[in-house]
Amino acid sequence: MKKLLFSLALLATPPVLAAAGVSAELLAGYRAEAAKPFSAAQGEQLFRARHGDIGCTSCHTDNAKSAGKHAQTGKSIEPLAPAANPKRLSDPAKVEKWFKRNCNDVLKRACTAQEKGDFVTYLVSIK
Amino acid sequence: MKTTIFLIAAVSILAGAALADDHVGQYGGESRAKPLPTSKPNATWRQECGSCHIAYAPGLLPAESWRKVMAGLDKHFGSDASLTAQENRAITEFLVDNAATRWRTPGAPLRITETAWFKRQHDGHEIRPEVWKRASVKSPANCAACHPGADKGDFEEDRIRIPR
Ligand code: HEC
Ligand code: HEC
Ligand code: HEC
Repeated sequence: MKKLLFSLALLATPPVLAAAGVSAELLAGYRAEAAKPFSAAQGEQLFRARHGDIGCTSCHTDNAKSAGKHAQTGKSIEPLAPAANPKRLSDPAKVEKWFKRNCNDVLKRACTAQEKGDFVTYLVSIK
Repeated sequence: MKTTIFLIAAVSILAGAALADDHVGQYGGESRAKPLPTSKPNATWRQECGSCHIAYAPGLLPAESWRKVMAGLDKHFGSDASLTAQENRAITEFLVDNAATRWRTPGAPLRITETAWFKRQHDGHEIRPEVWKRASVKSPANCAACHPGADKGDFEEDRIRIPR
């Protein structure tokens, strides 16, 4: 009986919650290495900060729900916030790959687990 | 008799020209090939090399150029485009296997836009200089601005659209 209820619950899980499940898994990984609780406000600060003439918003625009544009090549980039693009944050390896690249390009260093956790928390908080 | 000699001379000149052409090829040897293999699509390449710009078709550069590009992805034209070792191996193999086959010089430019065939096809006779400065073009590497089918390897002349 328990098993049946469990499978029913799985069946009933809408895709949005499934995506949230993945970002919860991502966050759990970062939490193990971070000192402070994650903060959407800190994540937003990282998103909006400028470092010289470049920042996350150079390619993702200042609204994470709208489509962006690559600063050098002009190629369009789908929105970052899962609320606008359900594919986001659904593949932990992909998220890690882009944190590595984009933090290197923007901050000239890797992002810490704290920064990544804050940023994911910010993206998930956008409704 | 005279005509025979003339014919023989003409034939040997033509043959010589053909040989020379085969040796160096067009554009001083920097000739592209068919952009994309039709039989072997590669999803990893399309996804990984098509996220910041269109996935540039392998036939546009020689194998040595692709090896160089793939060996320097952590510092890729000012961007970090690094991959896992496994992804890198698979994509390098696809690019090298389908690279330009008629390349006859040791030169291996990193940019398509620096090859002799590209420069000849896109020089001042074909495109007015101010076109390159338009915001809609932005960079010569933005192939899709003028070739709408560029990400599918389609550069046919009659489908070219120069944007305003
Ligand atoms: C030079 C352009 C550029 C800049 C600057 C940039 N990004 Fe990105 N970012 C991209 C591109 C391109 C992608 C991949 C888009 C795609 O998958 O469609 C991406 C994807 C991502 C993803 C992956 C999300 C997912 O699940 O698919 C995250 C997270 C991300 N960026 C965070 C950041 C952060 C944080 C910054 C600032 C520190 C930043 N980006 C700055 C271009 C940029
Ligand atoms: C993180 C972003 C990013 C990714 C991922 C990426 N590139 Fe690039 N690439 C760039 C930028 C930026 C340029 C410079 C564009 C310009 O000058 O307009 C560039 C330029 C190029 C050029 C030269 C174009 C020319 O003729 O000027 C080649 C070739 C190239 N990339 C191949 C690749 C291959 C192969 C891959 C996949 C392994 C790849 N790129 C993945 C960002 C990226
Ligand atoms: C500003 C517009 C523009 C851009 C950007 C551009 N091209 Fe072109 N391209 C043209 C025009 C115009 C021609 C036609 C030249 C002619 O009439 O012979 C052409 C011709 C070509 C041809 C030969 C087509 C044929 O059938 O003979 C190829 C291949 C090609 N371009 C590839 C590229 C690639 C690859 C890129 C990006 C790295 C690129 N182009 C960027 C405008 C452009």
